[in-house]
Amino acid sequence: MEFGFTTAAYVVAAVLFILSLGGLSGQESAKRAVWYGIVGMALAVFATLIGPGAGLWWLSIILIVAGGAIGMYVAKKVEMTEMPQLVAAMHSLVGLAAVFVGYNAHFTMKAVTSGADYHGAFAELVAHKDGVELGILSVELFLGILIGAITFTGSVVAYGKLAGKVTSAAKKLPGGHMLNIGAAVISVICLIWYMSTGGFFPLFLMTLAALFIGYHLIMGIGGADMPVVVSMLNSYSGWAAAAIGFSLGNDLLIVVGALVGSSGAILSYIMCKAMNRSFISVILGGFGGSAGPAMEVEGEQVAIDADGVSTALDEADSIVIVPGYGMAVAQAQQNVAELTRKLRAKGKEVRFAIHPVAGRLPGHMNVLLAEAKVPYDIVLEMDEINDDFPETDVVIVIGSNDIVNPAAQEDPNSPIAGMPVLEVWKAKQVFVSKRGQGTGYSGIENPLFYKDNTRMFYGDAKASVGDLLTRID
Amino acid sequence: MELAAGENRVAMTPDSAKQLQKLGYECLVETGAGKKAGFADAAYEEAGVTVVADAAALWAQSDIIAKVRIPTDAELGHMTPEKTLITFFNPGGNAEGLELAKEKGGNVIAMEMVPRISRAQKMDALSSMANIAGYRAVIEAGNNFGRFFTGQVTAAGKVPPAKVLVVGAGVAGLAAIGTSTSLGAITYAFDVRPEVAEQVESMGAEFVYLDFEEEQADGSGSGGYASVSSPEFREAQLAKFRELAPEMDIVITTALIPNREAPELWTEDMVASMKRGSVIIDLAAEKGGNCKLTVADEKIVTENGVTIVGYTDFPSRMATQSSTLYATNIRHMMADLTPEKDGKVVHNMDDDVIRGATVAYQGEITFPPPPPKTKAIAAQKPKEKAPELTPEEKRANEVAAFKAQTKQQVTLLGIGAVLLLGVGLIAPASFMQHFIVFVLSVFVGFQVIWNVSHSLHTPLMAVTNAISSIIILGALMQIGSGSWIVILLAALSVFMTGINIFGGFLVTRRMLAMFQKS
Repeated sequence: MEFGFTTAAYVVAAVLFILSLGGLSGQESAKRAVWYGIVGMALAVFATLIGPGAGLWWLSIILIVAGGAIGMYVAKKVEMTEMPQLVAAMHSLVGLAAVFVGYNAHFTMKAVTSGADYHGAFAELVAHKDGVELGILSVELFLGILIGAITFTGSVVAYGKLAGKVTSAAKKLPGGHMLNIGAAVISVICLIWYMSTGGFFPLFLMTLAALFIGYHLIMGIGGADMPVVVSMLNSYSGWAAAAIGFSLGNDLLIVVGALVGSSGAILSYIMCKAMNRSFISVILGGFGGSAGPAMEVEGEQVAIDADGVSTALDEADSIVIVPGYGMAVAQAQQNVAELTRKLRAKGKEVRFAIHPVAGRLPGHMNVLLAEAKVPYDIVLEMDEINDDFPETDVVIVIGSNDIVNPAAQEDPNSPIAGMPVLEVWKAKQVFVSKRGQGTGYSGIENPLFYKDNTRMFYGDAKASVGDLLTRID
Repeated sequence: MELAAGENRVAMTPDSAKQLQKLGYECLVETGAGKKAGFADAAYEEAGVTVVADAAALWAQSDIIAKVRIPTDAELGHMTPEKTLITFFNPGGNAEGLELAKEKGGNVIAMEMVPRISRAQKMDALSSMANIAGYRAVIEAGNNFGRFFTGQVTAAGKVPPAKVLVVGAGVAGLAAIGTSTSLGAITYAFDVRPEVAEQVESMGAEFVYLDFEEEQADGSGSGGYASVSSPEFREAQLAKFRELAPEMDIVITTALIPNREAPELWTEDMVASMKRGSVIIDLAAEKGGNCKLTVADEKIVTENGVTIVGYTDFPSRMATQSSTLYATNIRHMMADLTPEKDGKVVHNMDDDVIRGATVAYQGEITFPPPPPKTKAIAAQKPKEKAPELTPEEKRANEVAAFKAQTKQQVTLLGIGAVLLLGVGLIAPASFMQHFIVFVLSVFVGFQVIWNVSHSLHTPLMAVTNAISSIIILGALMQIGSGSWIVILLAALSVFMTGINIFGGFLVTRRMLAMFQKS
């Protein structure tokens, strides 16, 4: 088939991908948008298969079908609470593929320049390049491999942390960020080395260094910062694809890589802003030291039992539920949804307030609630609902801590000072469902738990909410 | 039995007696004491209370005596050093009573002296009685007022709603406001303490603001009570009332300043300017009244047909309710006096609440008490009000923001253009072609992604995941070429991205299908 047809197909595919991302602006249009993406992908793959220079197409199809079968199986089976680790695992595949394709580009380039027998579209492309272009090509594939390798190990570690297979606490090898800097320096040296010799060894050495950076960087970031990490890795996988696109001279790869890269970058930015922390400080891991002694918390945590909570719910007219990672851990979303249905059936206004960094993945809570069939129009963002708290009768906080911490506004010395938080304490009554006393991920004391209008509803979130269900009819 | 005429309340109810027994006390009551409050002797006996024949026997047999009204000399005469008397005592205006108590040597706890701190709210009898007085004042006003409270449009014609002004938004005032608004009247309220405006508005009434510049002292320094205001302030206040007087149908005055004559707030000319049939309820009648025409304990009608009610026994008029609350206050006081719940009084003079309420202790007068260690109400922080911007300032701000934004954008574009040009100088044309595509795509990406709804961030990640597997194209192009290692690596890549494409799209679809509208 003509080269022109392939290019045309790529243009259509690129447009479809852009529409697919743009469609995600609303829940209804998103359902259509995902089809754009599927058609675009099918078109791109089809055009490449029948396009110039593709060989072994039967092998390709078998592999795609085999891979597709596994993908479909995983996608069907996965629990919504496991979404973060699935996304991380998929990032690692993209990263690894980028590394492999980069290596291939290197081998092909070597073969072509050394005058060996060659075939395939890419080889022909390489054959027409002059010296400078070849130099640029090597930089491109070097970058592609570097980013791909970081994405790979980073995602594997992120997967391990999210799936609970690796401890989610921030851990660093002795030497800390010096090790990362060292590995980065090695990579730069390898680039110069590679540029001058064109050998495989510097490329391989750089890959090892990049793999180490990915591993060590993500190991040093704690569990609650995972939304940023996952979106950052998402971004990296895009940039890796774009870099590979440059080296292969494939515009569609560049377009899609850039789309995905910027999407991940924006997500990271939103997450960082929601925590009032700079991207750098998240990546470097851990919370910075506080600027002074933290405000002392006065009062005591007052506990309450299910009877007390259900009485208050009975009397309330407007109720806001603030879910956090704890709800996902306890798998309490079905009970929460059932509670919502019962309360709504009694004519009460029930809404959900979602903080941007609640959970371990951007939008994690929305997906969990959607799975439990909570209508999305009562699930509101922080900015939409923060002004309504003073008129709210009852707020139930389920498994979240730092995102409802008033210290962020009241105590300038708090490590989370300035972080936008849900102002639940302004409501008439707050119930906090929590496993026990203790601080959240950041280790910061939460003055909310000591407020006069706060009652602690201790216990496993799923059991606690289940208990409430039996008392409300 | 309470001796004061018209007093119907009693200091112990069968319910509170049961609670007192749990504290380890034996309870006695004078026969017939609860009758007027609706508690028969039989009910007391059922609750395990011994009913004794007369007051003298009661005094003789008990160690702790609780009553409502200020004790008479005869009653104080029964005191002995071991006895504790809990009652309203008016220590500020009852010097002889204090002397007598000192002579007799007993301990006297005056319920009106319970300090106003959060911990002591449960024994704050003044508040619980004031609450009843506020409620009853509105009911009494309704009784003497010839119209509906709420406005109605009926077949027989339109009825305008009554207008009620409540002066003094303390406990009684707020109770009156609540009752009045729930009956449907248009309610206005005034208080010299500006910080209560919020409470007033939360009860559904309109706070009457004065056009007065002086810094008004808030109530935090005086235990939440009002203090004396300056003459200028008073003038501004009276001018406002004069303006309101002809409109108001019902005026309820509750203004009291502790240990002082009630301030005159509703002058004779205001009464004269009121409509025929209007009602004034003066809850300050006992202390001289907020209106000088008020006659304590009586209802009068002025020449222009305004009814002025000066009853001082509002709580007593609702004896069942007020006895229940008062008895509960007493019971809480007893609980504080009996930390071990063993029926033994521990008169802890280091305790803020007990010290504050005790006016005579072991033969000494302990009134007035030292100021409590805890402040009643946190001092109001001066509210920072963002100065209202004039339209010009707003415009100027907008223009400045726009300029700053433009400047920022132009700078960024400039830097970007320079970088791009720099790259263009050294890079070959074939690279630049791709580079332009790249830059434009990043640009499009940023524009598109900002519009993605927050709740769809997880599907966004899944779908970008799927489409970033576009890298499969690279692998497909390589799989047909050359050496076995290239084929192997390419094949692996195709396989992995295959997983990703199908998995990513499918899981996105699964998620999106779950989002449902209610």
